[in-house]
Amino acid sequence: MSKNKLPAELINFINEWKDKQGNLIMVLHQVQEHYGYIPREIAFEVAELLNVPVAKIYGVITFYHLFKLTKPGRNRIAVCMGTACYLKGGEDILLDLERQLGVGLNAVTPDGEFSMEAVRCIGCCGLAPVLTVNGEVFGSVKVAQLKKILDQARGK
Amino acid sequence: MAYKNYILVCAGTACESNKGKALYEALQKEIAAAGVEAEAQLVKTGCFGFCEQGPIVKILPDESFYVKVGPKDAHEIIAEHIVKGRKVERLLYKEDKPESDPRSSDISFYRKQLRIVLRNCAVINPEIIDEYIARDGYAALEKALFEMTPDEVVKEVTDSGLRGRGGAGFPTGRKWQFTKNTPADQKYIVCNADEGDPGAYMDRSVLEGDPHSVLEAMTIAGYTVGANCGFIYIRAEYPLAIERLNTAMAQARDYGLLGDKILGTDFSFDIEIRLGAGAFVCGEETALLASIEGNRGMPVPRPPFPAVKGLWGKPTVINNVETYANIPVILLKGSKWFSSIGTETSKGTKVFALTGKINNSGLIEVPMGTTLRDIIYDIGGGIAGGKEFKAAQTGGPSGGCITAAFLDTPIDYESLQSIGSMMGSGGMIVMDEDDCMIDVTKFYLEFTVDESCGKCAPCRIGGRTCYNILDRISKGQGVPEDLQKLKDIGHAMRKASLCGLGQTAPNPFMSTMKYFEEEYRAHIEDKKCPAGKCKQMLTYTIDPEKCVGCTACARRCPVSCISGEVKKLHVIDQSKCIKCGQCYAACKFDAVKKV
Repeated sequence: MSKNKLPAELINFINEWKDKQGNLIMVLHQVQEHYGYIPREIAFEVAELLNVPVAKIYGVITFYHLFKLTKPGRNRIAVCMGTACYLKGGEDILLDLERQLGVGLNAVTPDGEFSMEAVRCIGCCGLAPVLTVNGEVFGSVKVAQLKKILDQARGK
Repeated sequence: MAYKNYILVCAGTACESNKGKALYEALQKEIAAAGVEAEAQLVKTGCFGFCEQGPIVKILPDESFYVKVGPKDAHEIIAEHIVKGRKVERLLYKEDKPESDPRSSDISFYRKQLRIVLRNCAVINPEIIDEYIARDGYAALEKALFEMTPDEVVKEVTDSGLRGRGGAGFPTGRKWQFTKNTPADQKYIVCNADEGDPGAYMDRSVLEGDPHSVLEAMTIAGYTVGANCGFIYIRAEYPLAIERLNTAMAQARDYGLLGDKILGTDFSFDIEIRLGAGAFVCGEETALLASIEGNRGMPVPRPPFPAVKGLWGKPTVINNVETYANIPVILLKGSKWFSSIGTETSKGTKVFALTGKINNSGLIEVPMGTTLRDIIYDIGGGIAGGKEFKAAQTGGPSGGCITAAFLDTPIDYESLQSIGSMMGSGGMIVMDEDDCMIDVTKFYLEFTVDESCGKCAPCRIGGRTCYNILDRISKGQGVPEDLQKLKDIGHAMRKASLCGLGQTAPNPFMSTMKYFEEEYRAHIEDKKCPAGKCKQMLTYTIDPEKCVGCTACARRCPVSCISGEVKKLHVIDQSKCIKCGQCYAACKFDAVKKV
């Protein structure tokens, strides 16, 4: 295994947390924030630094929805599927986006531009239905607006 | 010198997502441009609760309540209201009544509310500890440390009748008592901020709007049970709340209210944040503890309860955010005052996230015992679009539906349980005649199936089997025996599942089967969805009498299955139709029919 793939800031973070109990999830959050997902070779390095088996890291990653094993698209779309959004047409938005992008949930478009996921309640139920593109919130979304939202993201 | 005006701007998640940040900056700029810095203070506050009308700006002292304010309105608010003292009429919140008074405390949305937990939300700037202190913040901690023994604190909390606001409603005082009485070299205080119910955001609003109230309460709990270390387990999806908590903790440490030798006493207590990673089951206390320990969040059988054997095997108090937020007020105003609010068995208030097909969607806090009718029609302003009320769902994926027959039931832990629902953490979703109960039930069950950790068979297999049955019913493939099968499996899941997730997962279908049996029968026997929601049973057709050939439907159709020329009849090709309903929405002539 090649050494020192981890950037210094991550190594510092891991060293800071190394001796604290229950550090694994916090470390994985930091790794994901850096890469957008948890790359396999990085998981091996984290295992070594924290002295835990890779199997345990894999177990934790796959248990929690938030952790990703594959690289997301350049634009990340999250469609809220909380109850309020669902009642107000969240599913129609999801289906239409799938159609327009040509890929299903949790997949990346072939050009690497978009990936889409369904998320649980963003907490702006008053604005339902809601979706976010790279963290920017779009509220009271109508299916007819979606093309424009995608085009806008593509242009950036 | 006191300011002449205070301009409160909501900085909760919903308003911030809706250009609230740009609005704040625009107001800041306008205040400087008008040279009124000495007269008007701009305050960034937590959630006002009236999210439907956001972003919200409230001006004190006259309580002018401006709604749906955009950055471009900033100039007018400052130039007119602040400089000239003239209210900007067009932005004021108006009610449909002629005697409508624009003072915010008179708005029907607020009139029946009682804000104890949300006492500081939308009042103080959550990023400044002094503002919390100015509203009696940390006075309860001081009182506990200097005037009360731990036993007296437990007694006060017990006498208040406060019960856990996370869902199960266990008496908080007793929880503390158990932990206090268990001898150990190390104990922990944990705050459950893993708000997983989709469609609920009470805890997030408290943490964003008043983080110190939770820190203060956890510190009091630490003093009471003899713990020096606390953890806040919070969803990673709540970045704003995490940021405000971090700011609050740093400020509290600076002031000697957190950390070593708090307020000069021998008591030390500190708090760390641990992030969740998107697992609903981690709202269950033993699963939550496993997650803090850095493991897969799987529950373990209780007893032993965490109060005796919790985090890393040590006695642990776990309460949720809203429960903690009550504690400082109870200590300051006394258990007698607190227990005078509410019903026989449920004291105090409850915060609800009122959402769905309601006019005034938002965050509300009402005394226990308030009726659903008051909440939906007075506070919530009734059903959106003049539609008929069908049901209100409380308790999220673990709860059930309340029908129109129970609109006048006073809401408390016991009454909700007796009508087949539960208090839950505070999600309250209103449904109208267009919502199909099978569809909604399927939605909830899909959620619990997805979130089941898979450790015990009743939840893992039972949930999946019931979901498959519901899915069949929603597609018009249900058989009459399905109803009994759902009941049987539901009972087994309730009895045999390991944790609350599996035990309560059948609630949505058990409750809807009880109150909406005829709707299930319509799906199974007549192969019809009365609400017109279950797509597989729908057919869209175009009425030849009404179609004018405007082409609107054909242009909108994503799969191009509508044919027809301009000014001629259009026809839907049923073999290609994906039943997305866009033609139905596009037709202005009421020619597209769904049957």
